[in-house]
Amino acid sequence: MATLHTAKQVATAFQREYAKTPAKLKVLDAFSGLAIATALLQFVYAVLIGSFPFNAFLAGFFCCIGAFVLSVCLRMQVDPEDMSGKTERAFTEYALAMCVLFLAALNYVG
Amino acid sequence: MTDASNTPPVSGVATTSTDGSKKSDKRSPGSSAASLTTVLTLIAICLLATAVRLFSVIKYESVIHEFDPYFNYRVTRYLTEEGFTKTWNFFDSFTWYPLGRIVGGTMYPGLIFTAGLIWKVLQALRSPIHIQEICVFMGPLFSGLCALATFFFMREVRGDGAGLASAAFIAIIPSYISRSVAGSYDLESIAIAALVTVFFLYVKTLNTASLRWATALFFGYLYMVASWGGYSFIVNLLPIHCLASIVLGRVSTGLYVAYAPFAILGALAALNIPVIGFNAVLMSEHFASFAVFGILHAAFAIKWIKETLPPRTYEAAKRVVWTVGTAVAGVILVLVTGYVTASPTFGWTGRSLSLLDPTYASKYIPIIASVSEHQPPAWSSYYNDLHLVTLLAPAGLVAAFTPLTDASLFLVLYAVTAVYFSGVMVRLMLVLAPAAACLAGLALSEALSYLFRSVRAEGEAVLAASGSAAEASGAASPGVAPPAPAERSAARKAARAAGRARSAPDAGAWMAPGSSARALPRDVAWVALAGLFYALALYVRHSVYIAGEHYSAPSIVLQTRQRDGSIKVFDDFREAYSWLSHNVPADAKVASWWDYGYQTTAMANRTVIVDNNTWNNTHIATVGRAMALPEKASSEVFRSLDVEYVFVVFGAFIGRVLGVGRGYPSDDINKFLWMVRIGGGVFPDIKERDYLNRGQYRVDSTAPKAMLDSTMYRLSYYRFAETGPLFGMPYGYDRVRQQTIGLPDFKLKHYEEVFTSEHWMVRVYRVLPEPNREVRLPNPNRVKAQRGAKVKPRRPSGDPTSMPSKTRQ
Repeated sequence: MATLHTAKQVATAFQREYAKTPAKLKVLDAFSGLAIATALLQFVYAVLIGSFPFNAFLAGFFCCIGAFVLSVCLRMQVDPEDMSGKTERAFTEYALAMCVLFLAALNYVG
Repeated sequence: MTDASNTPPVSGVATTSTDGSKKSDKRSPGSSAASLTTVLTLIAICLLATAVRLFSVIKYESVIHEFDPYFNYRVTRYLTEEGFTKTWNFFDSFTWYPLGRIVGGTMYPGLIFTAGLIWKVLQALRSPIHIQEICVFMGPLFSGLCALATFFFMREVRGDGAGLASAAFIAIIPSYISRSVAGSYDLESIAIAALVTVFFLYVKTLNTASLRWATALFFGYLYMVASWGGYSFIVNLLPIHCLASIVLGRVSTGLYVAYAPFAILGALAALNIPVIGFNAVLMSEHFASFAVFGILHAAFAIKWIKETLPPRTYEAAKRVVWTVGTAVAGVILVLVTGYVTASPTFGWTGRSLSLLDPTYASKYIPIIASVSEHQPPAWSSYYNDLHLVTLLAPAGLVAAFTPLTDASLFLVLYAVTAVYFSGVMVRLMLVLAPAAACLAGLALSEALSYLFRSVRAEGEAVLAASGSAAEASGAASPGVAPPAPAERSAARKAARAAGRARSAPDAGAWMAPGSSARALPRDVAWVALAGLFYALALYVRHSVYIAGEHYSAPSIVLQTRQRDGSIKVFDDFREAYSWLSHNVPADAKVASWWDYGYQTTAMANRTVIVDNNTWNNTHIATVGRAMALPEKASSEVFRSLDVEYVFVVFGAFIGRVLGVGRGYPSDDINKFLWMVRIGGGVFPDIKERDYLNRGQYRVDSTAPKAMLDSTMYRLSYYRFAETGPLFGMPYGYDRVRQQTIGLPDFKLKHYEEVFTSEHWMVRVYRVLPEPNREVRLPNPNRVKAQRGAKVKPRRPSGDPTSMPSKTRQ
């Protein structure tokens, strides 16, 4: 019970702090969250119903996790104060890496 | 000639390495002269790496070597004839008769497609070069690229000087030469270059923290995965480094950008290669990568939350996470353990298990243990294969710790794991070679820059000898500073280092790499330099000698120097394969021990039963059993496999031709015990002890009956004693075994000798068809009559029973 209470406290503190992050980063975080949620959904589906076309499941799952990872990489490189050239270059690289990721996943789906 | 051509690059390394390390200290665009020297030296090193591997072409000819390269060559030829898609789906009906082999799905395609691509490009450039030449020169070509990759790798670790020295070391390191001489068209010849490239890209990503390099890392790893099974070394080494970084508190953006995309994209890359497929997520070798992926995220989540939350709330959060986290981790642990223990080998492949437990293979998988390159190496092979590098590498290990950066930590971990693996399997000396070369290059560059600094700094050093202590404490902080530029969080680290240096100025000065704080006296420095160059010259001489004499033999063509100094060439293998391809029906099945399977399909173009791709143990055991059984039983086994021709490799006759040496020791009689072991592992009617005389392997008259009756013995020594005595030795003296064979005179009933090569190295036999009349059909009257009268039984051709007992008397 006490744990739950502290958890609640922590959550509110976290929300308060997180509200300070810039909107662009929040969008990125939302995308990462979506990616990980999709991956979880696929995992749950595979566990409950079955992972029959196993390569399709793997491709989808890894694609989502990969998108999450790459987004986190981008988020680490983005400097909230300075949204100028450096960020743009990071974004270009991110787009390139995403293309490669989807290509690899697409090739594996078959 | 070799000395003349090899000395310049080495001295070039020495001079430029000092320039290079000076430049690395500054990390600014150095003088253009220095960088020009670097580029020129690098080109010279690459040329040297390529040139030193051409001895095999000069001494022998431009042929494909050994066993596995013949398979690669055959598939490459198929690729040039049939195209990419057909090769990807290549089903080979010429091997593993009657099963066949799905080559496209069971090979590492990197090497073959690379050679095919080069051939295509050359064709497009109107250069009508034969595919065999490309295959022959793949090894030297990629060795040059490997030297280049090593340079870039070490430049990321420590700077230009270390990079050049390492590149020079790896260019002529004998261990790597052994697998990449011209003609050695094997996976390893390109895989080592790919391996070092992957390491370079990983370290580059670590240092730059940019997704661009992470993408490049994906492509490098994709190529590595497509090239060699040794990719599993990478997939375990990078997690080890990542874990070590987390434990040592070196968590940085670079680490995440380097490792996390690698874990996911790398797994996707491995999944895309058919030979690995689902193994990339189902086998235990790959689990470490995912586990560390999780740990890395946990570490980053903690770091992030710690930065976001106020300290007191963070403490509370930590408690919550501990309780919840342990529960979740426990569940995951139970799931994984359940999955792993469900499989008998705990989810590891046999080859990996024999790495982790060196005694595993000899206990359970004789087929892995039987391959000589899977044995643990002898100590002398470290000296032979690494030479000076064995001495310098430990010094490099020390140098890598001062200062310890993310990149040098990676190098240290790589070296330590590679040393362990090389101790388990001779073959993995190859993985150790780049690590050892890098460490040695690091040590050499540090030593040289220190010594040259001493030589230059003579005036000041002598004058300021008394006041050196003061200078030392002053020099300590700039001396320790060099790690700073390479690191991300420079300010904090430098401050900490400076604090440490202040508390112990002497220690700091001593630790500082190449700091001018304690310059050696000039004379001592000169002596040390001379000694170092002498050792380097020895290394070059040793490597060139090894490359020329030991590792250039193609093993399908043998040559020996005769007493009068002339060279005698033994071309028996190609003679026999050529005979097979011209005289045997195109659809005939040829049986031999698996070592010769690839060569038979590639050169004789005939269907074989087993080959060097030892995927089906039972099939190999069947052939091993057939070789071990007596003639009649073995001919039945062979006939059941539709085999029409059997050949054995026999080495005892060569000594007779030459009068010197001991013949060809890696012949089938010497491999026979492995056939018995592998056969006995599947078929219990073959027992190893039946073939041994009180634990000793003999072919003379003390050999046991099973040995003398075995088909291998008969096929090898058939008519051998008739060739007459030699140099005072008795009839049938086998030089390889140094014994007189125990059964000199016998006839074959179920086999017919059809071809024996010039030096008897390959002996081809035809399996005779079953006789039309079953000679042992019961004939009651005759049996009775014989039993009473003891008439000598008639021996129609094909009567198997009377033969062994008769002929042995």
